[in-house]
Amino acid sequence: MRKYDVLVLGAGPGGYVAAIRAAQLGLKTAIVEREHLGGICLHWGCIPTKSLLRSAEIYHALGHLDTFGLAADNPRFDLEKVVKRSRAVSKRLGDGVKFLLRKNKVDVVMGEGTLAAPGQVLAQTAGGKSETLTATDIILATGARSRVIPGLQPDGEVIWDYKSAMIPKTMPKSLLVVGAGAIGVEFASFFGSFGAEVTLLEAAKRILPTEDAEISAAAHQAFEKQGWKIHTGISALEVAVEGKGKSAAACVRYKDGAGQPQSQTAEKVISAVGITGNVENLGLEQAGVSVERGHVRVDAHMSTGVPHLFAVGDLVGPPWLAHKANHEGVLAAERIAGHAGAHPLDYGNIPGCIYSRPQMASIGMSEAAAKAAGYKTRVGRFPFQGNGKALAMGEEEGMVKTVFDAKSGALLGAHMIGAEVTELIQGYAVARSLESSEAELMQTIFPHPTLSEMMHESVLDAYGQALHI
Amino acid sequence: MSITLTMPALSPTMTEGVVAKWHIKEGDEVAPGDVIADIETDKATMEMETVDAGRIGRILVPAGGDSVPVHTPIAILLEEGEDSASDTPAEAATAPASAIPSPSPPAQETPAPAAPSAASAAAGSAPQTGERIKASPLAKRLAREKGIDLAAIAGSGPHGRIIQRDVEAAPSAAVAAAIPSPAVKQPQEDPRRLYAPDSYEEIPLDAMRRAIARRLTQSMQEAPHYYIRADARIDLLSQARKRLNERRERQARRDEPPPLRLSINDFLLRAAALALMEFPDVNSSWAEECLLRHRHADIAIAVALPGGGLVTPIVREVESKGLGRIAAESRVLIARARERKLEPSEYQGGSFTISNLGAFGIREFTAVINPPQSAILAVGSARKAALVEADGGIRAGEILSLTLSCDHRVIDGALGARFLAALRDRLEEPASMLV
Repeated sequence: MRKYDVLVLGAGPGGYVAAIRAAQLGLKTAIVEREHLGGICLHWGCIPTKSLLRSAEIYHALGHLDTFGLAADNPRFDLEKVVKRSRAVSKRLGDGVKFLLRKNKVDVVMGEGTLAAPGQVLAQTAGGKSETLTATDIILATGARSRVIPGLQPDGEVIWDYKSAMIPKTMPKSLLVVGAGAIGVEFASFFGSFGAEVTLLEAAKRILPTEDAEISAAAHQAFEKQGWKIHTGISALEVAVEGKGKSAAACVRYKDGAGQPQSQTAEKVISAVGITGNVENLGLEQAGVSVERGHVRVDAHMSTGVPHLFAVGDLVGPPWLAHKANHEGVLAAERIAGHAGAHPLDYGNIPGCIYSRPQMASIGMSEAAAKAAGYKTRVGRFPFQGNGKALAMGEEEGMVKTVFDAKSGALLGAHMIGAEVTELIQGYAVARSLESSEAELMQTIFPHPTLSEMMHESVLDAYGQALHI
Repeated sequence: MSITLTMPALSPTMTEGVVAKWHIKEGDEVAPGDVIADIETDKATMEMETVDAGRIGRILVPAGGDSVPVHTPIAILLEEGEDSASDTPAEAATAPASAIPSPSPPAQETPAPAAPSAASAAAGSAPQTGERIKASPLAKRLAREKGIDLAAIAGSGPHGRIIQRDVEAAPSAAVAAAIPSPAVKQPQEDPRRLYAPDSYEEIPLDAMRRAIARRLTQSMQEAPHYYIRADARIDLLSQARKRLNERRERQARRDEPPPLRLSINDFLLRAAALALMEFPDVNSSWAEECLLRHRHADIAIAVALPGGGLVTPIVREVESKGLGRIAAESRVLIARARERKLEPSEYQGGSFTISNLGAFGIREFTAVINPPQSAILAVGSARKAALVEADGGIRAGEILSLTLSCDHRVIDGALGARFLAALRDRLEEPASMLV
């Protein structure tokens, strides 16, 4: 029976990072993974979608070459190659994780792990073999999967979940996306860019309901301009698959925001209605771990309350983000090692990024949330139209919005929409971590000409000092 | 240029610490991340790492010595090519501004020329203001607005940086620190003078002993205590506990270690949490300007430490937890407390405390309130007693004596009594803890 200091279940961005950190801190560590090193993020999430969207972005640019004084004859795409490229990127990163684990002397056990007893994990490997591993501490990082709602069961043919949507064989003529969160919007953006007729359905009053209302309204407008049909506040959704083989299609009925019955057919439907934790078959109940709403309950230091049993990442709940899982994994490992620097996460300070066209990125409180929390706010805005680099790039759509506490000058939140904003948001994340006030942000010299100047101007605007608007 | 290493602020409330052990000696080379010392605070012993590379020039504070305030220089780190002989920073750094003879203006300028090589390093901007204070822009602004001296606050950010949260938490802490506690700091008469010099051994105070003295003296002086007492008849509870423990053992598989046995204390935590939810005014803290009515029952457990001292780790949100979870969490916290490994977040900010001396066969006792909480429950040992029943008959029963200390600023007598009665009722009828 192999003995370890730390055993990690699940090698996604929470688990493999926890394992590396534990090993760095001198703990003998092993990781049990049932499918891929790198998890959903690397293989079926963040990374492959970003490479698909990069293809979409270039294809979109090809359609607008004339604007830049360029021409190309007959631009076209090869979907098989687009998908193949995204798989290759995932594979390369997966191999990278394998290398990192080996470099840090973390043992990898490919198999399905279950808590067998306190400090014991039963790993069942593919060949029907099983092995019991023991460890002083165990970190659960088994991740999450998409939620399935009744009547919208993915079948891999007409009704897709994220996995099927990531490896399409043909470009659908029409596509209906249920759920206008980050995942739904990114898929809609990919297929829309390659010419699919997109319909986006959302039960909430607006798309991207977790974003600042102004940003989600701007996104709504931008998407409609691209030809998407968007219906919010829908209810009573019914999906029926009609026909077989190549002629199969989904007949979709629902009530729109006004309560009027609507119906339409679509070649494919993508279900992106939320996430639920992988809490099954782990032996959580016998171990005494509390599970609430499909997620494991933990304290601020990632402890499940059961001695020596920790949980991190998507398994413990939203926001379902790889960078949050990373930090939780590090925290759990440091906590186990008794490292003096172990520090709970500031959950109000996790940036979120959406890679649709236009992109969105945000951190902290929306304007409405700040007001609801009782802050007297100062709000700054700066449009892409006023930025030299944005115009030079041909990216005139978008805005940078900042929300300050009028009393203390604290940056309560920042919300952006437009080209490359996902690469900009870290500036505000650093500012918030350092607890900068508006004064330090104003004094910071942003390089010209860059998109980042808009971040500066937005802060200036909040205090009535914007220079270029 | 040499670098002054100072006593780090390892938690938001830490104001002083003891160098328990040096892992290095003068002349040793150190690299960033090396653990150079163990720092003992009032609650735990933590490791101090260096963020700079260099050679240890001088150790200014001996291991196992007296407690020194946060930011006090404790060692000098020399960078490459530096010579310790040219550095005499200890005197410069530790000499407070007031110690500089001030009658003639030139005298104030003498420190710099007197120790030229040390001036910029150890003393830095120090001659007038003391240590440079690391604080975030927001923390500085908030402190200015609230009129708080940053020097009086310990930072909880990286490298002891003062952040917004520390300033927001400061009023009560700063006030507490500002009130001199005569019994501890300025004894009327040095007790040593009452005894023959060789008739006793002098034991230096460690940081925990100082913290206990300071906090509990403050509690007795500031919080008007009163005490109420009740006996709970726990026959049913004992039966339930026995049945539950047998059941847990039966259900456990043979290859597993035996399950945790539920203790009376676990039931006490659960009962107290439910009673606190029923009487939220008891689950409150005095905050000078207002009362803080806590949303959750975060119950601290007094844990005696091997080698002396005590600490009160907190089981959070007890009202939402079952007995099994309470037992598991409190066992982990108690074990970590005994190893002196608690994180500040694990012992700071509870809403109520339970102190149980039952294991020592103590029948009943009164406890000192753990500020800023407003009540503490003192629990004696379960004992068999002859009880007069309602029908006049005498029967043997099991009794637990409970004594509640209340802060009258927060909890009036009738409220304290209703709370204690509710707590007793829950213990007497354990089924009531199910709802």
